[in-house]
Amino acid sequence: MTIEGQLAEHRGYLLRFARLQLRNDAWAEDAVSETMLAALAKPQSFGNRSQLKTWLVGILKHKVIDILRQHRREVSLGEDGGDGGEDIEALMFRSDGHYANQPADWGDPEQDLSSRQFFAVLEACAEKLPAAMGRVFLMREWLEMSSEEICKELQLTPTNLYVQLHRARLRLRECLELNWFGSRAAP
Amino acid sequence: MMLMRTCKEAAALLIAREDRPLPAIERVALRLHLAICDACPRFERQLSTMRNALGHWRRYTEE
Repeated sequence: MTIEGQLAEHRGYLLRFARLQLRNDAWAEDAVSETMLAALAKPQSFGNRSQLKTWLVGILKHKVIDILRQHRREVSLGEDGGDGGEDIEALMFRSDGHYANQPADWGDPEQDLSSRQFFAVLEACAEKLPAAMGRVFLMREWLEMSSEEICKELQLTPTNLYVQLHRARLRLRECLELNWFGSRAAP
Repeated sequence: MMLMRTCKEAAALLIAREDRPLPAIERVALRLHLAICDACPRFERQLSTMRNALGHWRRYTEE
């Protein structure tokens, strides 16, 4: 198969992660197109076909960071005012600081954590985060950037970043408990 | 008391720890709370499961 054909096979896959990270279809299209162009410019840089995807995801991550940088203003202003939903902490805790519902025992789900269905739920939960919150969360968890790097790239204050990450983690926990661990634990 | 934390505060520290180092006094306060609380250690294990899950997911996205 031609290199173009092989690249086309991965387009949809790359677009899915570009969209999840960027939360903007036009930006995601740009990131994937630029990834394809970069790959076409030096197709000899990857070894065999099984390594192609890994190589493309690596390029995509760099392109995604460039785009976040270019759109820094829109990204950091974002929808930061409210986070577009209820205050998750107020739902989780009573006014005396105790849990409204005790955290469940999720067991030791090493098996589920590698299953396709689990990853689908995890991605759906990340997708449900409000856009600004989702972007910084995935910068941390998918792009594996440090908090310092994210603050620097987006010119966010650490306080602002930590508030967003905090809410994102609480929401993700809630979503996983509802859609995976809770339903799974039922007898 | 200076080192007493509610579950809400302890949970906030456990989450913060995922993204930044905690000041020494908060680490001590957290450890004390975890020693006397039933619920927060479960919350801590949930966060550790999430960390583990996100690591698996990251590798899965690249394979």
